[in-house]
Amino acid sequence: MLAITEKKIVAKHPLAIRWFHWVNFPVLSLMIWSGVLIYWANDVYRLGWGDTTVLKFFPKSFYQAFNIPFKLAQGMSWHFVLMWVFFLNGVLYVGYTAVSGEWRYLLPTRNSFREAWLVTLHDLGLRKEAPPVGKFNGAQQIAYTSVILMGVGSVLTGLAIYKPTQFGWLTTLCGGYKSARVIHFGLTIGYVLFFLVHIAQVVRAGWNNFRAMVAGFEVVEEPVLPRAPDEL
Amino acid sequence: MPLSAPAADNHETPEISPEQAAAILAHNQAVERQVRLRSRRAFVGLGLAGLAGVLGWRWLLNSPPAEGLPGGLRKVLEANETLARTYFKHARLAPEFPKSRAEKLRFNGKVGLPPAFDPATWRLTVQGYAPSGNSARTQHLTLAELQALPRTEMTTEFKCIEGWSQIVSWAGVRLSDVLAHYPLATASGRAIADLAAQPPDVAPYVSLVTPDEKYYVGIEIEAALHPQTLLCYEMNGAPLTLPHGAPLRLVTPLKYGVKQIKRIGTIAFTAQRPADYWAQRGYDWHAGH
Repeated sequence: MLAITEKKIVAKHPLAIRWFHWVNFPVLSLMIWSGVLIYWANDVYRLGWGDTTVLKFFPKSFYQAFNIPFKLAQGMSWHFVLMWVFFLNGVLYVGYTAVSGEWRYLLPTRNSFREAWLVTLHDLGLRKEAPPVGKFNGAQQIAYTSVILMGVGSVLTGLAIYKPTQFGWLTTLCGGYKSARVIHFGLTIGYVLFFLVHIAQVVRAGWNNFRAMVAGFEVVEEPVLPRAPDEL
Repeated sequence: MPLSAPAADNHETPEISPEQAAAILAHNQAVERQVRLRSRRAFVGLGLAGLAGVLGWRWLLNSPPAEGLPGGLRKVLEANETLARTYFKHARLAPEFPKSRAEKLRFNGKVGLPPAFDPATWRLTVQGYAPSGNSARTQHLTLAELQALPRTEMTTEFKCIEGWSQIVSWAGVRLSDVLAHYPLATASGRAIADLAAQPPDVAPYVSLVTPDEKYYVGIEIEAALHPQTLLCYEMNGAPLTLPHGAPLRLVTPLKYGVKQIKRIGTIAFTAQRPADYWAQRGYDWHAGH
């Protein structure tokens, strides 16, 4: 029997979601960059206990490599300009997914956690078969929803730091001014980790998947069964 | 969904005819052409959007500088300030803490604090609001005269623009209490009866300058009249020390530390936004919380 497949263009990501994604990528990158310019002025965070430091945020070489030192004013001004773009883009994204129904693909369901576990095992090469999944697998649903919640967290902790008198209740809710800063910083590290996994997964998933985030569609190949010519 | 026929049926289904195969091939080629066209269009679009972003970024960076910052960025900071001044409740109080949580305040910044200074001969100069046409009234005050005014204590969080913060206990006189006794903030010379409803002839800005005029800050009148804005002479239960701004410094949890000027020499009520040391060096003028 002839192995023949028929190619099909299948719509995947709506235009709006692609825009939100590609606006967010440079804007979040610049928020992180300007955030590091700010953080440099009082770089006290580290991972460790007592006198033992496992990881210092950040080593001198890091600052030098990215030309960070003595740019607090510049960092603050960029941060307080781009915060609007980051915030509005996020609000529009959430609003769009809610109204368009895309949230159905994105929000985790009861099965997502089990599915995420199977996907992770498969991705790490510990399980042969990938579980059958919809538009997004359980791991993606959890990751893409978490990153939105992180965005909400960044905006709220950011506001608690930016206007700690006007939003004093929020600052208190964050555990105080210092604590709000720690959470704000931790979330940023979270984005960087998200980014690393995301890039690795995009590379793994291949061109068809990546192109869908730019052009919106995927090409699907379906095996063809013999048919009468008029059915074609 | 992939079309997969049950295995048992395979024996019965006929081979795909060459005509059918040719038709599918032609169909696939047409799809591929469409894929190439749509991909090219999408990637060129994304590239153009990226280019527009880069150009916008460069345009912002190259906008005529305003006080150590690209003018475009400065405009947005000023828009943020307008939003805050228009929509925030100015009387809102910053959180206060138990006195027991007060910490020893870090020393930071010595501009305007030269060692040659005699606190004993120090006087505070207050220049009354004199918009064009009015004659300027000037008041000199000793520390004793300021300490004779109602004393206010508060334990608030001192927040440095660098990112660190400390809880500190302060004592001093509210700037608004000084103005109740020396009504210098209005052009008419009348005291401000209701802090929430400022009279139309009140100065919109306050300028504070060190005796040597090397350090200077400006704040808006709403912040100046706030009940937690103190002319402070005591810190953590002891008289203010010289490094922390003795004999008199500004303390307000509404602003970063950069605005809480030490060793005040002159306070002036102005119509124009006063010069501000750090705002001239690229920082936000408002720096408000």
